[in-house]
Amino acid sequence: MKKEMAKSEKIYLDYSATTPIDPRVADEMSRFMATNFGNPSSIHSFGRDAKKVLEESREVCKDFIKAENSSEIIFTSGGSESDNLAIRGLIAKMRSKPHMITSAIEHKAVLSTVKELEEKGLIEASYLKVDKHGQISMDILKREIRHNTVLISIMYANNEIGSLQPIREIGKYLEKLNKERERAAFPKIYLHTDAVQAFPHLNCDVRHLHVDMMSVSAHKFYGPKGVGFLYVKKGTPLATMITGGSQEFGKRAGTENMISIVGMAKAIKILEKEQNKDVEKIQKLKDKLTEGILEIAGTHLSGHTKERIPSLASFLFDGIEGESVLISLDLEGIAVSTGSACTSGTLSPSHVLMACGYTHVEAQGNIRFSLGRFTKDADIKRVLEVLPGIVERLREMSPLY
Amino acid sequence: MNDYSQKVIDHFTHPHNVGVIKNADGVGEVGNPTCGDMMKLTIKVETQGNKEIISDIKFQTYGCAAAIATSSMITDLAKGKTLDEAEKITKDDVAEELGGIPAIKMHCSNLAADALKKAIENYRSKTQ
Repeated sequence: MKKEMAKSEKIYLDYSATTPIDPRVADEMSRFMATNFGNPSSIHSFGRDAKKVLEESREVCKDFIKAENSSEIIFTSGGSESDNLAIRGLIAKMRSKPHMITSAIEHKAVLSTVKELEEKGLIEASYLKVDKHGQISMDILKREIRHNTVLISIMYANNEIGSLQPIREIGKYLEKLNKERERAAFPKIYLHTDAVQAFPHLNCDVRHLHVDMMSVSAHKFYGPKGVGFLYVKKGTPLATMITGGSQEFGKRAGTENMISIVGMAKAIKILEKEQNKDVEKIQKLKDKLTEGILEIAGTHLSGHTKERIPSLASFLFDGIEGESVLISLDLEGIAVSTGSACTSGTLSPSHVLMACGYTHVEAQGNIRFSLGRFTKDADIKRVLEVLPGIVERLREMSPLY
Repeated sequence: MNDYSQKVIDHFTHPHNVGVIKNADGVGEVGNPTCGDMMKLTIKVETQGNKEIISDIKFQTYGCAAAIATSSMITDLAKGKTLDEAEKITKDDVAEELGGIPAIKMHCSNLAADALKKAIENYRSKTQ
């Protein structure tokens, strides 16, 4: 009986992991699936019909991020592939051993890629430290730039703590610096940002950000999983990672994932109209959640208090371990996530929280709440009803509290 | 979550013998917060004839659901047993009684048997 109730009232607060598909996106995908199956590379009418939709979808992506040309949009399988393509693709075009800069709190899709290239001896790499709030310092970034630096890859918003990085500031600085470097015959430094978490909420206008490459994933903004794109500014060197046919301007072979691309374009069209409204609502609910949770003693907000995405709040609970909070909430039908070692499949807690300078114990107690378009006021109320009891119960059992 | 048996969930949500025994005869502490689990067991030992029996046992655990469930389970298994019997309880026994625990949790979260051994050692070191 209790189980039944919990089921019908399930609350999803893990939008940073993935979002439900917006019903309007699902409708668009179903409609397309039923009427258009051609291969966009085919010459006949079926192919041309598909090609038309493909290019319209590309146009939607291009317009939303204010790219100059739709050929700057390369459809991929999502964030990880976009990150891989950006970094590996650019590095592969370099002749002598280049240097790149990234941060210690990047998504694993970036960090593992950079580490692998470094271990193979293909690049030199610098990993920028972050402060307690999870932000890099411009001064340190400037100091890390070397003669052979060719790429800076920094995420726009962090997926675990939501902190923002000064992408626009880096972009503007590089534009100036690159002019000097050109005169000195040093290689140009390109800027890549993983905007996967930021995209649903923040201004991802590439001219505003001054970025050369940007990774985007559809399932974080109510589109389907397994699709995304990489924005690549005209003139940015990029080798192909998946070889084969000449799809995606020769940058990514393989017949396009048409149904998902159509879904992503629809999700972007909805975002275009509703982003402001979404953000306003989400921010309000998140503030309410944050206030309520911080009323529990021994609870701390991780990440930056202001410079963060509106959808995400993560907290450290003194004396208790994250997974036990997660499971307790799950038993109440509430879905959240944790950076605890217990759930990561490794024996160390989140690299992001450790990089922010938290101790192991602090990092183990981290719980992430991420809200979205379909989050209701009642959801937040429910969390605030059950959470204090859960924390109290676990603390009563803990030898550390 | 799917990886946890109903028995683990039951022991996690309604753990047995939580707390600390005042003036305990033996204390066992294991684990470290670095890997996310820490456990403290306290025992009371009664001598009946020539047998030493665990008459009471309580635990405190910082850790995941598996760590809490295994702690709760070992208190059930050890209570009323002689020290010699209790000492023989293994990690596998605890996991088995719980209907199994996920493989990844076997090493980091299944500390209860070690804590019990330490508590018994601690008791013996004081009485010898």
